[in-house]
Amino acid sequence: MTKPLIGTEVAEKIEEHLPGAVVEAGENSILLNSESVLDICRFLNQTAGLDFDYLTNLTAVDYLDYFEVVYHLVSMKHNHSLVLKARCFNRENPTIPSVTSIWGGADFQEREVYDLLGIRFDGHYNMKRIFLWEGFQGHPLRRDFL
Amino acid sequence: MELEAQPFVINFGPSHPSTHGVFRLRTILDGEVIVDVEPIFGYLHRGIEKLAEGRTYVQNIPFTDRLDYLASMTANHGYVLAVEKLAGIEVPERAEYLRVIMSELMRISSHLMAVGFLTNELGAMMTPLLYMYREREKILDLFEMVCGQRLTYNYMRFGGVSHDIPREFLPAVKKFVREMPGFIDEYDQLLKENEIVLARTKGVGILPADVAINYSVSGPMLRASGVKWDIRKDDPYSVYDRFDFDIPTGSAGDIYDRYRQRIEEMRQSVRILEQAIEQIPPGEVCTKVPSLLRPPKGEVFARIEAPKGELGYYLVSDGSIAPYRFRVRPPALINLGVLRYMSRGWKIGDLIAIFGSVDICVAEVDR
Repeated sequence: MTKPLIGTEVAEKIEEHLPGAVVEAGENSILLNSESVLDICRFLNQTAGLDFDYLTNLTAVDYLDYFEVVYHLVSMKHNHSLVLKARCFNRENPTIPSVTSIWGGADFQEREVYDLLGIRFDGHYNMKRIFLWEGFQGHPLRRDFL
Repeated sequence: MELEAQPFVINFGPSHPSTHGVFRLRTILDGEVIVDVEPIFGYLHRGIEKLAEGRTYVQNIPFTDRLDYLASMTANHGYVLAVEKLAGIEVPERAEYLRVIMSELMRISSHLMAVGFLTNELGAMMTPLLYMYREREKILDLFEMVCGQRLTYNYMRFGGVSHDIPREFLPAVKKFVREMPGFIDEYDQLLKENEIVLARTKGVGILPADVAINYSVSGPMLRASGVKWDIRKDDPYSVYDRFDFDIPTGSAGDIYDRYRQRIEEMRQSVRILEQAIEQIPPGEVCTKVPSLLRPPKGEVFARIEAPKGELGYYLVSDGSIAPYRFRVRPPALINLGVLRYMSRGWKIGDLIAIFGSVDICVAEVDR
Protein backbone atom coordinates (compact mmCIF):
# COMPACT_ATOMS: atom_id res chain seq x y z
CA MET A 1 0.00 0.00 0.00
CA THR A 2 1.12 3.53 -0.71
CA LYS A 3 1.48 5.17 2.68
CA PRO A 4 0.16 8.74 2.90
CA LEU A 5 2.65 10.76 4.95
CA ILE A 6 1.24 12.82 7.82
CA GLY A 7 1.17 16.44 6.69
CA THR A 8 2.21 17.93 10.03
CA GLU A 9 5.34 15.75 10.26
CA VAL A 10 6.57 16.65 6.78
CA ALA A 11 5.71 20.30 7.45
CA GLU A 12 8.11 20.30 10.40
CA LYS A 13 10.92 19.11 8.17
CA ILE A 14 10.10 21.78 5.61
CA GLU A 15 9.98 24.47 8.30
CA GLU A 16 13.46 23.48 9.48
CA HIS A 17 14.82 23.90 5.99
CA LEU A 18 12.73 26.81 4.75
CA PRO A 19 11.21 28.82 7.62
CA GLY A 20 7.93 30.52 6.75
CA ALA A 21 7.18 28.34 3.73
CA VAL A 22 4.29 26.46 5.29
CA VAL A 23 1.06 28.33 5.86
CA GLU A 24 -0.94 25.56 7.44
CA ALA A 25 -0.27 21.87 7.95
CA GLY A 26 -3.11 19.39 8.22
CA GLU A 27 -3.35 15.66 8.63
CA ASN A 28 -3.72 14.95 4.90
CA SER A 29 -2.21 17.92 3.16
CA ILE A 30 0.14 20.87 3.53
CA LEU A 31 -0.83 24.38 2.50
CA LEU A 32 2.19 26.22 1.18
CA ASN A 33 3.14 29.79 0.64
CA SER A 34 2.66 30.08 -3.13
CA GLU A 35 5.96 31.93 -3.64
CA SER A 36 8.07 29.12 -2.18
CA VAL A 37 6.43 26.23 -4.04
CA LEU A 38 9.44 25.63 -6.24
CA ASP A 39 11.94 25.58 -3.34
CA ILE A 40 9.79 23.24 -1.30
CA CYS A 41 9.24 20.89 -4.21
CA ARG A 42 12.97 20.78 -4.84
CA PHE A 43 13.52 20.05 -1.16
CA LEU A 44 10.94 17.23 -1.19
CA ASN A 45 12.40 15.85 -4.39
CA GLN A 46 16.03 15.82 -3.26
CA THR A 47 15.92 15.10 0.46
CA ALA A 48 16.86 11.55 1.38
CA GLY A 49 14.03 9.83 3.18
CA LEU A 50 11.39 11.82 1.31
CA ASP A 51 12.52 11.31 -2.31
CA PHE A 52 9.35 12.46 -4.06
CA ASP A 53 10.39 11.49 -7.55
CA TYR A 54 6.97 11.17 -9.16
CA LEU A 55 4.38 13.90 -9.65
CA THR A 56 1.13 12.01 -10.07
CA ASN A 57 -1.38 14.76 -10.43
CA LEU A 58 -1.31 18.52 -10.69
CA THR A 59 -4.55 20.43 -10.85
CA ALA A 60 -6.33 23.47 -9.46
CA VAL A 61 -9.71 24.33 -8.00
CA ASP A 62 -11.52 27.65 -8.11
CA TYR A 63 -12.96 28.53 -4.70
CA LEU A 64 -14.01 32.02 -5.89
CA ASP A 65 -12.05 33.76 -3.09
CA TYR A 66 -8.87 32.11 -4.27
CA PHE A 67 -7.49 29.44 -6.56
CA GLU A 68 -6.00 26.37 -4.98
CA VAL A 69 -3.31 24.50 -6.89
CA VAL A 70 -3.06 20.87 -5.77
CA TYR A 71 -0.03 18.60 -6.17
CA HIS A 72 -0.23 14.85 -5.57
CA LEU A 73 3.29 13.54 -5.06
CA VAL A 74 4.45 9.94 -4.85
CA SER A 75 7.80 8.47 -4.00
CA MET A 76 8.37 5.27 -5.92
CA LYS A 77 11.42 4.51 -3.83
CA HIS A 78 9.61 4.46 -0.50
CA ASN A 79 6.04 4.04 -1.79
CA HIS A 80 4.59 6.96 0.12
CA SER A 81 2.53 9.93 -0.98
CA LEU A 82 1.87 13.55 -0.04
CA VAL A 83 -0.62 16.25 -1.02
CA LEU A 84 0.56 19.84 -1.38
CA LYS A 85 -1.62 22.88 -1.86
CA ALA A 86 -0.93 26.49 -2.65
CA ARG A 87 -3.33 29.39 -3.00
CA CYS A 88 -3.43 32.29 -5.45
CA PHE A 89 -5.54 35.21 -4.31
CA ASN A 90 -5.14 37.47 -7.32
CA ARG A 91 -8.12 36.76 -9.56
CA GLU A 92 -7.07 39.06 -12.39
CA ASN A 93 -3.62 37.64 -12.93
CA PRO A 94 -2.91 34.61 -10.72
CA THR A 95 0.64 33.29 -10.92
CA ILE A 96 2.60 30.54 -9.24
CA PRO A 97 6.09 29.12 -9.87
CA SER A 98 6.28 26.26 -12.33
CA VAL A 99 7.68 22.92 -11.15
CA THR A 100 8.59 21.69 -14.65
CA SER A 101 12.28 22.07 -13.79
CA ILE A 102 11.86 19.31 -11.19
CA TRP A 103 9.23 17.06 -12.74
CA GLY A 104 8.83 16.97 -16.49
CA GLY A 105 5.41 15.45 -15.95
CA ALA A 106 4.14 18.85 -14.83
CA ASP A 107 4.48 20.23 -18.37
CA PHE A 108 1.09 19.40 -19.89
CA GLN A 109 -0.74 19.51 -16.59
CA GLU A 110 0.37 23.07 -15.89
CA ARG A 111 -0.62 24.08 -19.39
CA GLU A 112 -4.02 22.51 -18.79
CA VAL A 113 -4.49 24.46 -15.56
CA TYR A 114 -3.51 27.65 -17.38
CA ASP A 115 -5.91 26.91 -20.22
CA LEU A 116 -8.94 26.01 -18.13
CA LEU A 117 -8.42 28.11 -14.98
CA GLY A 118 -6.11 30.88 -16.09
CA ILE A 119 -3.31 30.44 -13.57
CA ARG A 120 0.06 31.35 -15.06
CA PHE A 121 3.04 29.22 -14.13
CA ASP A 122 6.21 31.31 -13.95
CA GLY A 123 9.17 29.60 -15.55
CA HIS A 124 7.23 27.21 -17.76
CA TYR A 125 8.98 27.08 -21.12
CA ASN A 126 5.81 26.92 -23.20
CA MET A 127 2.99 28.60 -21.28
CA LYS A 128 0.15 28.57 -23.78
CA ARG A 129 -3.28 27.05 -24.09
CA ILE A 130 -3.40 23.28 -24.55
CA PHE A 131 -6.99 22.36 -25.48
CA LEU A 132 -8.69 25.59 -26.49
CA TRP A 133 -7.47 27.78 -29.30
CA GLU A 134 -5.39 30.93 -28.94
CA GLY A 135 -7.76 33.85 -28.78
CA PHE A 136 -10.43 32.02 -26.80
CA GLN A 137 -11.96 34.41 -24.28
CA GLY A 138 -11.97 33.35 -20.63
CA HIS A 139 -11.09 30.19 -18.77
CA PRO A 140 -13.97 27.68 -18.68
CA LEU A 141 -13.27 25.83 -15.45
CA ARG A 142 -13.59 29.01 -13.40
CA ARG A 143 -16.81 28.93 -11.44
CA ASP A 144 -17.92 32.31 -12.78
CA PHE A 145 -17.48 31.31 -16.44
CA LEU A 146 -20.86 30.87 -18.09
CA MET B 1 29.12 26.16 -53.71
CA GLU B 2 27.61 24.80 -50.52
CA LEU B 3 23.85 24.56 -50.22
CA GLU B 4 22.27 25.27 -46.89
CA ALA B 5 19.51 23.00 -45.65
CA GLN B 6 16.83 24.61 -43.57
CA PRO B 7 14.59 22.75 -41.12
CA PHE B 8 10.98 22.74 -42.21
CA VAL B 9 7.67 22.13 -40.50
CA ILE B 10 5.29 19.32 -41.32
CA ASN B 11 1.93 18.81 -39.69
CA PHE B 12 0.79 15.26 -39.05
CA GLY B 13 -2.95 15.39 -38.81
CA PRO B 14 -5.36 16.53 -37.40
CA SER B 15 -6.82 13.77 -39.55
CA HIS B 16 -4.09 11.27 -40.19
CA PRO B 17 -4.58 7.50 -40.17
CA SER B 18 -1.87 6.98 -37.58
CA THR B 19 -3.05 9.50 -35.01
CA HIS B 20 -5.83 7.37 -33.45
CA GLY B 21 -8.33 10.18 -33.57
CA VAL B 22 -8.26 13.87 -34.29
CA PHE B 23 -4.84 14.94 -33.16
CA ARG B 24 -1.96 16.90 -34.61
CA LEU B 25 1.78 16.43 -34.42
CA ARG B 26 3.71 19.49 -35.45
CA THR B 27 7.11 18.18 -36.48
CA ILE B 28 10.21 20.12 -37.40
CA LEU B 29 12.34 18.13 -39.80
CA ASP B 30 15.85 18.34 -41.08
CA GLY B 31 15.51 16.27 -44.22
CA GLU B 32 13.99 13.11 -42.86
CA VAL B 33 15.35 13.51 -39.36
CA ILE B 34 13.16 14.81 -36.57
CA VAL B 35 14.47 17.92 -34.87
CA ASP B 36 11.45 18.57 -32.70
CA VAL B 37 7.89 17.37 -32.18
CA GLU B 38 5.06 19.22 -30.56
CA PRO B 39 1.77 17.42 -29.97
CA ILE B 40 -1.22 19.72 -30.40
CA PHE B 41 -4.40 18.69 -28.63
CA GLY B 42 -7.92 19.89 -28.25
CA TYR B 43 -9.75 18.80 -31.37
CA LEU B 44 -11.84 16.41 -29.27
CA HIS B 45 -12.13 18.59 -26.19
CA ARG B 46 -15.71 18.28 -24.95
CA GLY B 47 -15.28 19.96 -21.60
CA ILE B 48 -16.25 16.87 -19.64
CA GLU B 49 -14.79 18.28 -16.43
CA LYS B 50 -16.92 21.41 -16.72
CA LEU B 51 -20.06 19.50 -17.69
CA ALA B 52 -19.60 17.15 -14.75
CA GLU B 53 -19.84 20.07 -12.31
CA GLY B 54 -23.43 20.59 -13.36
CA ARG B 55 -24.61 17.01 -13.07
CA THR B 56 -25.16 14.66 -10.16
CA TYR B 57 -22.58 12.07 -9.17
CA VAL B 58 -24.56 9.21 -10.72
CA GLN B 59 -25.14 11.10 -13.94
CA ASN B 60 -21.39 11.41 -14.37
CA ILE B 61 -20.78 7.65 -14.62
CA PRO B 62 -21.69 7.56 -18.35
CA PHE B 63 -19.24 10.43 -18.95
CA THR B 64 -16.38 8.28 -17.75
CA ASP B 65 -17.25 5.73 -20.45
CA ARG B 66 -16.56 8.41 -22.98
CA LEU B 67 -13.07 9.20 -21.77
CA ASP B 68 -11.11 6.21 -22.94
CA TYR B 69 -13.68 4.38 -25.01
CA LEU B 70 -11.34 1.45 -25.60
CA ALA B 71 -11.30 0.87 -21.84
CA SER B 72 -14.62 2.15 -20.53
CA MET B 73 -14.93 -0.42 -17.76
CA THR B 74 -11.73 0.65 -16.07
CA ALA B 75 -12.73 4.30 -16.44
CA ASN B 76 -16.00 3.43 -14.66
CA HIS B 77 -14.07 1.57 -12.03
CA GLY B 78 -11.80 4.48 -11.14
CA TYR B 79 -14.68 6.91 -10.80
CA VAL B 80 -16.90 4.72 -8.62
CA LEU B 81 -13.91 3.95 -6.40
CA ALA B 82 -13.28 7.66 -5.91
CA VAL B 83 -16.89 8.41 -5.00
CA GLU B 84 -17.06 5.40 -2.69
CA LYS B 85 -13.94 6.60 -0.93
CA LEU B 86 -15.43 10.08 -0.61
CA ALA B 87 -18.83 8.99 0.66
CA GLY B 88 -17.68 5.92 2.59
CA ILE B 89 -19.76 3.36 0.71
CA GLU B 90 -19.24 -0.36 1.27
CA VAL B 91 -19.13 -2.69 -1.73
CA PRO B 92 -20.30 -6.33 -1.57
CA GLU B 93 -17.64 -8.90 -2.25
CA ARG B 94 -19.32 -10.33 -5.32
CA ALA B 95 -19.41 -6.89 -6.90
CA GLU B 96 -15.68 -6.42 -6.27
CA TYR B 97 -14.97 -9.67 -8.07
CA LEU B 98 -17.23 -8.69 -10.95
CA ARG B 99 -15.38 -5.40 -11.23
CA VAL B 100 -12.03 -7.14 -11.33
CA ILE B 101 -13.26 -9.57 -13.98
CA MET B 102 -14.56 -6.72 -16.14
CA SER B 103 -11.43 -4.63 -15.66
CA GLU B 104 -9.12 -7.46 -16.63
CA LEU B 105 -11.18 -8.37 -19.69
CA MET B 106 -11.04 -4.70 -20.61
CA ARG B 107 -7.28 -4.65 -20.15
CA ILE B 108 -6.86 -7.56 -22.53
CA SER B 109 -9.09 -5.88 -25.07
CA SER B 110 -7.28 -2.56 -24.81
CA HIS B 111 -3.84 -4.15 -25.07
CA LEU B 112 -4.99 -6.13 -28.10
CA MET B 113 -5.89 -2.87 -29.79
CA ALA B 114 -2.60 -1.28 -28.74
CA VAL B 115 -0.52 -4.11 -30.20
CA GLY B 116 -2.74 -4.39 -33.28
CA PHE B 117 -2.50 -0.73 -34.15
CA LEU B 118 1.22 -0.72 -33.46
CA THR B 119 1.72 -3.42 -36.12
CA ASN B 120 -0.46 -1.33 -38.40
CA GLU B 121 1.89 1.56 -37.87
CA LEU B 122 4.87 -0.66 -38.61
CA GLY B 123 3.41 -1.29 -42.03
CA ALA B 124 1.69 -4.65 -41.49
CA MET B 125 -1.54 -3.15 -42.73
CA MET B 126 -4.56 -4.72 -41.08
CA THR B 127 -3.64 -8.44 -41.04
CA PRO B 128 -2.35 -8.73 -37.45
CA LEU B 129 -4.89 -6.14 -36.35
CA LEU B 130 -7.77 -8.25 -37.61
CA TYR B 131 -6.44 -11.28 -35.73
CA MET B 132 -6.64 -9.18 -32.61
CA TYR B 133 -10.08 -7.87 -33.45
CA ARG B 134 -11.18 -11.50 -33.49
CA GLU B 135 -10.44 -11.89 -29.76
CA ARG B 136 -11.65 -8.41 -28.91
CA GLU B 137 -15.01 -9.35 -30.43
CA LYS B 138 -15.29 -12.19 -27.97
CA ILE B 139 -14.66 -9.84 -25.06
CA LEU B 140 -17.19 -7.36 -26.40
CA ASP B 141 -19.72 -10.21 -26.71
CA LEU B 142 -19.11 -10.98 -23.04
CA PHE B 143 -19.74 -7.36 -22.10
CA GLU B 144 -22.86 -7.28 -24.23
CA MET B 145 -24.09 -10.32 -22.33
CA VAL B 146 -23.61 -8.47 -19.04
CA CYS B 147 -24.91 -5.01 -19.79
CA GLY B 148 -26.24 -4.94 -23.34
CA GLN B 149 -23.57 -2.59 -24.62
CA ARG B 150 -20.43 -3.08 -26.63
CA LEU B 151 -18.58 0.20 -26.21
CA THR B 152 -19.96 2.44 -23.48
CA TYR B 153 -20.99 0.07 -20.73
CA ASN B 154 -22.08 2.26 -17.82
CA TYR B 155 -21.99 -0.95 -15.79
CA MET B 156 -20.56 0.07 -12.44
CA ARG B 157 -22.51 1.88 -9.74
CA PHE B 158 -21.63 3.36 -6.39
CA GLY B 159 -21.71 0.38 -4.05
CA GLY B 160 -21.46 -2.31 -6.70
CA VAL B 161 -22.48 -2.95 -10.28
CA SER B 162 -25.77 -2.24 -12.04
CA HIS B 163 -26.96 -5.85 -12.13
CA ASP B 164 -25.79 -9.41 -11.66
CA ILE B 165 -24.28 -11.46 -14.49
CA PRO B 166 -26.48 -13.88 -16.44
CA ARG B 167 -26.05 -17.60 -15.82
CA GLU B 168 -24.15 -18.25 -19.04
CA PHE B 169 -21.56 -15.54 -18.40
CA LEU B 170 -19.05 -17.35 -16.17
CA PRO B 171 -18.88 -20.47 -18.40
CA ALA B 172 -18.27 -18.16 -21.36
CA VAL B 173 -15.45 -16.38 -19.51
CA LYS B 174 -14.01 -19.77 -18.56
CA LYS B 175 -13.97 -20.78 -22.21
CA PHE B 176 -12.32 -17.50 -23.15
CA VAL B 177 -9.68 -17.86 -20.44
CA ARG B 178 -8.92 -21.38 -21.60
CA GLU B 179 -8.48 -20.33 -25.21
CA MET B 180 -6.74 -16.99 -24.81
CA PRO B 181 -3.18 -18.20 -24.02
CA GLY B 182 -3.24 -20.13 -27.31
CA PHE B 183 -4.21 -17.01 -29.20
CA ILE B 184 -1.45 -15.02 -27.51
CA ASP B 185 1.00 -17.71 -28.66
CA GLU B 186 -0.37 -17.26 -32.13
CA TYR B 187 0.38 -13.52 -32.08
CA ASP B 188 3.84 -14.32 -30.82
CA GLN B 189 4.36 -16.67 -33.73
CA LEU B 190 3.37 -13.91 -36.10
CA LEU B 191 5.29 -11.05 -34.56
CA LYS B 192 7.80 -11.94 -31.86
CA GLU B 193 10.69 -12.86 -34.11
CA ASN B 194 9.44 -11.26 -37.27
CA GLU B 195 12.42 -9.69 -39.02
CA ILE B 196 10.60 -6.50 -39.96
CA VAL B 197 9.16 -6.02 -36.49
CA LEU B 198 12.60 -6.48 -34.96
CA ALA B 199 14.28 -4.11 -37.41
CA ARG B 200 11.69 -1.41 -36.89
CA THR B 201 11.36 -1.63 -33.11
CA LYS B 202 14.57 -2.88 -31.46
CA GLY B 203 16.52 0.01 -30.03
CA VAL B 204 14.13 2.62 -31.45
CA GLY B 205 12.53 5.28 -29.26
CA ILE B 206 14.37 4.35 -26.10
CA LEU B 207 12.94 5.69 -22.85
CA PRO B 208 15.29 5.31 -19.84
CA ALA B 209 13.71 4.58 -16.47
CA ASP B 210 14.73 7.85 -14.80
CA VAL B 211 13.28 9.94 -17.62
CA ALA B 212 10.07 7.92 -17.50
CA ILE B 213 9.67 8.57 -13.79
CA ASN B 214 10.53 12.24 -14.12
CA TYR B 215 7.91 12.69 -16.83
CA SER B 216 5.21 10.94 -14.74
CA VAL B 217 4.90 8.19 -17.34
CA SER B 218 2.73 5.34 -16.12
CA GLY B 219 1.34 1.98 -17.08
CA PRO B 220 2.90 -0.43 -19.59
CA MET B 221 5.21 2.31 -20.87
CA LEU B 222 6.77 2.82 -17.45
CA ARG B 223 7.14 -0.90 -16.83
CA ALA B 224 8.66 -1.48 -20.27
CA SER B 225 11.43 0.89 -19.17
CA GLY B 226 12.21 -1.44 -16.29
CA VAL B 227 10.35 0.22 -13.43
CA LYS B 228 8.41 -2.31 -11.41
CA TRP B 229 5.41 -0.17 -10.56
CA ASP B 230 1.86 -1.38 -10.84
CA ILE B 231 -0.89 0.16 -8.74
CA ARG B 232 -2.66 -3.20 -8.56
CA LYS B 233 0.33 -4.38 -6.51
CA ASP B 234 1.83 -1.22 -5.03
CA ASP B 235 -1.38 0.45 -3.93
CA PRO B 236 -3.97 -2.33 -4.23
CA TYR B 237 -7.62 -1.41 -4.66
CA SER B 238 -10.74 -3.56 -4.99
CA VAL B 239 -9.69 -7.19 -4.29
CA TYR B 240 -6.45 -7.23 -6.28
CA ASP B 241 -4.46 -8.16 -3.19
CA ARG B 242 -6.08 -11.61 -3.26
CA PHE B 243 -4.68 -12.70 -6.60
CA ASP B 244 -1.38 -14.19 -7.44
CA PHE B 245 0.14 -12.49 -10.48
CA ASP B 246 3.46 -11.09 -11.61
CA ILE B 247 4.40 -7.68 -12.88
CA PRO B 248 6.40 -8.16 -16.06
CA THR B 249 8.97 -5.49 -16.83
CA GLY B 250 11.09 -4.64 -19.84
CA SER B 251 14.75 -3.77 -19.87
CA ALA B 252 15.67 -1.58 -22.82
CA GLY B 253 12.56 0.62 -22.89
CA ASP B 254 12.33 0.60 -26.68
CA ILE B 255 9.28 0.03 -28.86
CA TYR B 256 9.87 -3.69 -28.88
CA ASP B 257 9.81 -3.81 -25.07
CA ARG B 258 6.60 -1.85 -24.97
CA TYR B 259 5.02 -4.28 -27.39
CA ARG B 260 6.28 -7.28 -25.38
CA GLN B 261 5.10 -5.63 -22.18
CA ARG B 262 1.52 -5.54 -23.38
CA ILE B 263 1.64 -9.16 -24.52
CA GLU B 264 3.00 -10.29 -21.15
CA GLU B 265 0.44 -8.23 -19.29
CA MET B 266 -2.33 -9.97 -21.21
CA ARG B 267 -0.99 -13.30 -19.95
CA GLN B 268 -1.06 -11.98 -16.39
CA SER B 269 -4.61 -10.69 -16.86
CA VAL B 270 -5.62 -14.18 -17.94
CA ARG B 271 -4.09 -15.49 -14.73
CA ILE B 272 -6.08 -13.03 -12.64
CA LEU B 273 -9.26 -13.95 -14.51
CA GLU B 274 -8.67 -17.66 -13.86
CA GLN B 275 -8.45 -17.03 -10.13
CA ALA B 276 -11.31 -14.55 -10.04
CA ILE B 277 -13.82 -16.89 -11.67
CA GLU B 278 -12.80 -19.63 -9.23
CA GLN B 279 -13.10 -17.41 -6.16
CA ILE B 280 -16.18 -15.34 -6.97
CA PRO B 281 -18.68 -15.69 -4.10
CA PRO B 282 -22.49 -15.59 -4.44
CA GLY B 283 -24.47 -12.75 -2.92
CA GLU B 284 -25.58 -9.19 -3.45
CA VAL B 285 -24.06 -7.13 -6.24
CA CYS B 286 -24.98 -3.65 -5.06
CA THR B 287 -25.61 -1.90 -1.78
CA LYS B 288 -28.44 0.62 -1.56
CA VAL B 289 -27.15 4.09 -2.30
CA PRO B 290 -29.47 7.09 -2.75
CA SER B 291 -29.63 8.17 -6.37
CA LEU B 292 -29.19 11.80 -5.30
CA LEU B 293 -25.99 11.08 -3.47
CA ARG B 294 -24.63 13.90 -1.29
CA PRO B 295 -21.11 12.99 -0.19
CA PRO B 296 -19.83 14.88 2.84
CA LYS B 297 -17.70 17.99 2.30
CA GLY B 298 -14.17 17.07 1.40
CA GLU B 299 -11.95 15.88 -1.38
CA VAL B 300 -10.55 12.61 -2.62
CA PHE B 301 -7.94 11.36 -5.04
CA ALA B 302 -8.32 7.76 -6.17
CA ARG B 303 -6.20 6.09 -8.79
CA ILE B 304 -6.30 2.77 -10.55
CA GLU B 305 -4.14 0.91 -13.01
CA ALA B 306 -6.01 1.46 -16.26
CA PRO B 307 -4.73 -0.32 -19.39
CA LYS B 308 -3.03 2.86 -20.57
CA GLY B 309 -1.55 3.81 -17.22
CA GLU B 310 -2.46 5.45 -13.99
CA LEU B 311 -6.00 6.80 -14.16
CA GLY B 312 -6.82 9.13 -11.29
CA TYR B 313 -9.92 11.02 -10.22
CA TYR B 314 -9.69 14.07 -8.01
CA LEU B 315 -13.11 15.03 -6.68
CA VAL B 316 -14.02 17.94 -4.45
CA SER B 317 -17.41 17.84 -2.76
CA ASP B 318 -19.17 20.82 -1.20
CA GLY B 319 -21.90 18.61 0.21
CA SER B 320 -24.30 19.15 -2.67
CA ILE B 321 -25.58 16.68 -5.29
CA ALA B 322 -23.00 17.69 -7.90
CA PRO B 323 -19.21 17.55 -7.61
CA TYR B 324 -17.62 20.95 -7.01
CA ARG B 325 -14.56 19.87 -8.99
CA PHE B 326 -14.22 16.81 -11.17
CA ARG B 327 -10.71 16.23 -12.38
CA VAL B 328 -9.49 13.27 -14.39
CA ARG B 329 -5.80 12.45 -14.42
CA PRO B 330 -5.51 11.15 -17.97
CA PRO B 331 -2.70 8.61 -18.36
CA ALA B 332 -2.43 9.01 -22.13
CA LEU B 333 -2.00 12.80 -22.08
CA ILE B 334 0.79 12.61 -19.54
CA ASN B 335 2.48 9.68 -21.30
CA LEU B 336 2.62 11.85 -24.42
CA GLY B 337 4.93 14.22 -22.57
CA VAL B 338 7.89 12.01 -23.41
CA LEU B 339 7.10 11.77 -27.12
CA ARG B 340 9.43 14.67 -27.83
CA TYR B 341 12.25 13.06 -25.84
CA MET B 342 11.81 9.66 -27.52
CA SER B 343 11.51 10.76 -31.11
CA ARG B 344 14.23 13.42 -31.47
CA GLY B 345 16.90 12.27 -33.87
CA TRP B 346 14.83 9.47 -35.40
CA LYS B 347 13.40 9.37 -38.90
CA ILE B 348 9.86 10.32 -39.69
CA GLY B 349 8.78 6.70 -40.19
CA ASP B 350 10.04 5.87 -36.72
CA LEU B 351 8.00 8.72 -35.28
CA ILE B 352 4.81 6.92 -36.30
CA ALA B 353 6.01 3.71 -34.65
CA ILE B 354 7.11 5.50 -31.48
CA PHE B 355 3.81 7.33 -31.32
CA GLY B 356 1.94 4.06 -31.80
CA SER B 357 3.83 2.44 -28.96
CA VAL B 358 2.58 5.11 -26.52
CA ASP B 359 -0.98 3.83 -27.03
CA ILE B 360 -3.25 6.81 -26.66
CA CYS B 361 -6.94 7.39 -27.03
CA VAL B 362 -7.59 10.98 -28.05
CA ALA B 363 -10.99 11.09 -26.35
CA GLU B 364 -9.19 10.63 -23.07
CA VAL B 365 -6.33 12.98 -23.91
CA ASP B 366 -8.66 15.88 -24.73
CA ARG B 367 -11.63 15.06 -22.51
